[in-house]
Parts: sequence; structure tokens; C-alpha cells
Amino acid sequence: MAKVNYFLSEEQQMIVDLTRQIAEEKIIPVRAELDKTEEFPWDIMKDMAQADLFGLYIPDEYGGLDGGCFENCLAVEQLAYGCVAVTTTFAASALGGYPILLFGSEDQRKQYLPDIAAGKKLVAFGLTESNAGSDAAGIQTSAVEDGDYWVLNGTKQWITSGGEAEIYTIIAMTDKHKGPRGASAFIVEKGDPGFSFGKKERKMGLRASSTRELLLNDCRIPKERLLGRRGLGFIIALKTLDLARPGIGAIAVGLAQAALDQAVRYAKERIQFDQPIISFQAIQHMLADMATEIEASRALVYSVARTIDSGEKDIAKLSAMAKLYATDAAMKVTTDAVQILGGYGYMQDYPVEKMMRDAKILQIYEGTNQIQRNVIGQALNKEYAKK
Amino acid sequence: MKIVVCIKQVPDAKTVRFDTEKGTLVREGVEAVINPFDLNAIEAGVQLKERHGGEVTVVTMGPPQAEEALKEALALGADNGILLSDRAFAGADTLATTYTLAKAVERLAPVDLVLCGKQAIDGDTAQVGPGLAVRLGIPYVTCVSGLSFGDDQKTLRLKRSCEEGYDMVEVEIPALLTVLATINTPRVPSLKGKLRAKKARIPIWSADDLGADHGMIGLAGSPTQVVSTSVPKFEAKREMLQGTPEEQVDALLDRLEEAGIL
Repeated sequence: MAKVNYFLSEEQQMIVDLTRQIAEEKIIPVRAELDKTEEFPWDIMKDMAQADLFGLYIPDEYGGLDGGCFENCLAVEQLAYGCVAVTTTFAASALGGYPILLFGSEDQRKQYLPDIAAGKKLVAFGLTESNAGSDAAGIQTSAVEDGDYWVLNGTKQWITSGGEAEIYTIIAMTDKHKGPRGASAFIVEKGDPGFSFGKKERKMGLRASSTRELLLNDCRIPKERLLGRRGLGFIIALKTLDLARPGIGAIAVGLAQAALDQAVRYAKERIQFDQPIISFQAIQHMLADMATEIEASRALVYSVARTIDSGEKDIAKLSAMAKLYATDAAMKVTTDAVQILGGYGYMQDYPVEKMMRDAKILQIYEGTNQIQRNVIGQALNKEYAKK
Repeated sequence: MKIVVCIKQVPDAKTVRFDTEKGTLVREGVEAVINPFDLNAIEAGVQLKERHGGEVTVVTMGPPQAEEALKEALALGADNGILLSDRAFAGADTLATTYTLAKAVERLAPVDLVLCGKQAIDGDTAQVGPGLAVRLGIPYVTCVSGLSFGDDQKTLRLKRSCEEGYDMVEVEIPALLTVLATINTPRVPSLKGKLRAKKARIPIWSADDLGADHGMIGLAGSPTQVVSTSVPKFEAKREMLQGTPEEQVDALLDRLEEAGIL
């Protein structure tokens, strides 16, 4: 069967093969159990570290593999073929690591990136609060200068890998009256005085990933933990999300592909009215739409990721498109996969119900799909104003 | 510490098919992979190296495409790979294979430890490991499922699995071990290892490089020959026993007696 040729280099194909191997050998056999127990997938994280995956996007000089957004997308697509929760845990470390890579001083990069690249320390990204979701400007966590220290106060909500990660990049208000220009980004470490964790959330899907509150209670950190400049917090958060969003699109592609594979296999085996149900057009048309939307998503995600790696700076719109289209497609594809498997699809004995539960988060996290449409719409408005 | 791991390429058990007419394996279109037990041997060697230092060299005898298996071994943490490849090696039985491998290990001397998988999943003889040790004149322990070094770094403490439990045995190096799948979980390869492996040049040693006696290698050195092979027919009968648990147990006992098992 002909596959679309995406002209991968030999190294990129290697990344695909290795991450697929990890998905099949290490993730798929345990995903149902992890989903049930909500256990943090430390063993798989160790396998990923051993395979050098945490260093994919980190420059060679800090022990990474010098890859870009595209290499990261290739990896998470295959990992998500196995499990979105496990992949999110992996990807969250990149989300937390990007601010240090993009805006960290040379000293900060030297101090943190090698351990991140080696997978010795997981990173978490702390932006969301109970009153600051889509409206990130509602952040209430504050950071106040006190001699050689910053003192942070506030609560971050729904932080992926909270409690498990060693390093946290946290957005806090340094000059509340300046609005969005009054936010700054900080590196907080597990064990810092006044830093603790709230309850572990129980979730519809994404259950193997740990989601917790971060409690900052007069948390004192040395002055040099400020990332970039004072007031750069929102820029850092937005640039980080712009870079990470195609990765969410790629996770959606991997998940949708896994659901399609399950659905086609089942449709070939399931006999009703004396024939395999794939012989019915009703089923064929559903499968055809699923396969087409997956390929279209993949093409969009890959193209956007490659555009980012080519050095394009104005990526907010493209990156939002990749996330929006692929995750909406994944929601539809996984829902249809459950439909094709019928009653079996609804049972936990088959993997598609978990896939459908996991798909939902992709439309919500790293900016809801409504926010993605805002980003695209605002970009269009600006583009056409120039003409 | 210098460790040599001997590996074999076998048809991938996941995709293997049989030609029932000819009674042979269909090899066309079937991927060759590292014999699963040999992956455990590589992992055991790499773990020993990580703990105690040293160097792991992986050796295989096979056609030129067996280079792939050695590159995979490099990606899994081995330091060097050596391919023993020569038309004269073709048709080797286990006796000729052990001779050829022994020549290679001797060329790598001094070697502290030789590791092999328990057996290859295609031939299933489990003869090459022990045969190689005899050729090398070193002690061997088969079916190893656990190992650690004593304080002297000279004595290996081994767990050897047997039918009714396990033995704890000690052996002084140099020695040869064959390992079971239960000894460890082979790691996934690393990207850096794969990139290194891609660039690596695998030396190929011929019969003459080894100084091998041509009468001892390949078909000429193989007193055993496979006369014929056949695909076994599965004729198992299945019978569902009905009734209360007591009735089912009685019926089962009857069947077992009829079959002469009880």
C-alpha cells in the first residue's frame, strides 16, 4: 500500500521507528492498567530517557540531539499511538523545558538543560490557575522582590506532572498594574522552601498522567531564577505554546491512527448478516472519512512543524491551525471508532473507549480549540489589515 | 573486563510462515531479527560493563546482511561488532559454528567472559554456547537467570534455572554463560546509539583472517546434516466437559486414565 511520502531523512525515520517500538513494546501492553490505576508511568519515562528522547529538541551542546519541532512531532505521534496520557507526560517536559531553552541565560541553560535532556529530571509548565484558563491575564500568583530573592505566592491548577517533576517554569505577576506586561517567568525547583503540591486530580481520560495543584506559599527562590527579563512572562508563555502546539496536533494524529487501525481490524473480523461489516458502505464511508482526515491532519502538522524549523518566527496562526484541525479530527475519529465497534467499543475490554476519553483533552489543553480559533481569527484580521 | 557476546540472526517469529509442501520455513519477505535470547545476552553484557567497566564486543557468523544485527547491538550499548562472513562458512552445523566462533574469540584474546543466548529460536539446539566453551577450554554455565560479581571481581555468582527450581553456582572468569529471557529486560535502543551505529564500520573477518582450517568450517566441517524437515500437524482434539463440577472432575479423570496419563 502506498503511503504518503513525507520525505523523512534517515535520522527522522530512525526516530519514528524507535518511538513506535517503545509504543508497541513498552506502552501498549500496560496502557489499560495505567489508565485503571492512574499510576505515574515512571518505568516508561526511564525507557524514554534511556532512548535519549528527552533530548530530542535540545541542542547538542547541552547533551541533546539538536532536533526541532518536526522531530518532536514525529516522536510524540508514534508514542501517542500507544497512549496519550504517557505521551502527555513526556511532552509536558518539553513544554516546561522550552522556556529555559528559549529564554534562559547561558548559566540557566547549562544548569538545567543537560539533566532535562538526559531525562534525569522532568519539567512541568505552570501557567493555568483556577481563574486564569483561556484568559491567562487573570493570573493571581504574585512574585515580589525581596533582596536577593523572589517571593512567590499563589496556586497553580491542573499542572501536568505536578509533584513528579523536579523543575517547574512558573508564570507569576511581578507588576500587577501593568496587566499582561506585568507577568514574569521563574524556575522553581521541587524542594524550594514554601513550594508544595495540592491534591491529585481524578480525570475522565489522560489518567496515567499526573495533574496536580502547585502551592506557592511564601516560596523563596534566588534572584537568578527569573527567566528572561521582568515583564516577559506572557511572551515566554505564548512563544512556548506556539512551539508546543504542533506537538499536540501530532499526538492527535497518533491517537487517531491507533483508533482507525482498531476500527478497520474490527470491521474486517466482525460478522453480521453473514458478512464482515466492512463490506457495508455505511461502515466503509465512516472509515474512509476517518482515514482521509487523519492524513490531512498529518500533512498539516508536518508542514507547520517544518515551517517552524525553517526559522519562521510568525507562527501563532499556523501552530494554532495544526492543533485545532488535528485534535478536532481525533475527537471525531475516536468517537466513530467506538461507534464502529458498537457495544464492544463501549466496553473497557477494547482500547477505543479509552482513546475517545483521551481525545477529549486534546481539544481542551494547551489552549482550548475555541482559543485556537481566536488566534487564527485575530491573525487573519491583522494580515488583511496590512494589505 | 572484556566481554564477547555471540549472537545469531533468526527469522522474526511474529511474521514467520511455513511451506507445508516443502516442509520448510518461508524466508522470503520475513524480517531477520536478533535471536531473542541473544538480546538478553547483549543486555547482560552491557549491564556488566556499566557496573564494572570494560568493553562489549558482539560477534556473529552470517551473510553480509547480518551486519544489521551487529549495528542494532551497537545501538543497544555494545562497543564493537565483528561479522564473520565467508562463503566457506556456509552450511555450518553447530560443530563447525563453534569452531568458527572459537577462532574469532581467540583472535580477540584475552577475553574475560563470553555470553550467549540459551538457544536460537530457529534451530533450537542450545549446543553452540556449551560447544564454544569446550573449544575455548573455559568453564560454562547454561540457563543463567541472574548474575553478580563477587568482591574479587573474578568470581561470578550465578542463578541457574532448572526444572524444579534453581541452583546458585559460582564460576571464575574466564567463563562462558548462556542466558535465559528471565535474566533481564533488554533495553530499547537509544537514538544516540543508533546514530553512532549507523556510522560505525563493522569489520568482516573471513576464514583466512581467522586462520581457520577449511576442513573444520562450513559444510566440510559439519558431520551432521538436516536430511528432511516437516511442518507438524496439529491434531489436538477439544472437548467441553459438561455437568456439575463433580461430574466434570470425574469425566476428566476418566479421560486422563483412558489416555494413560494417570
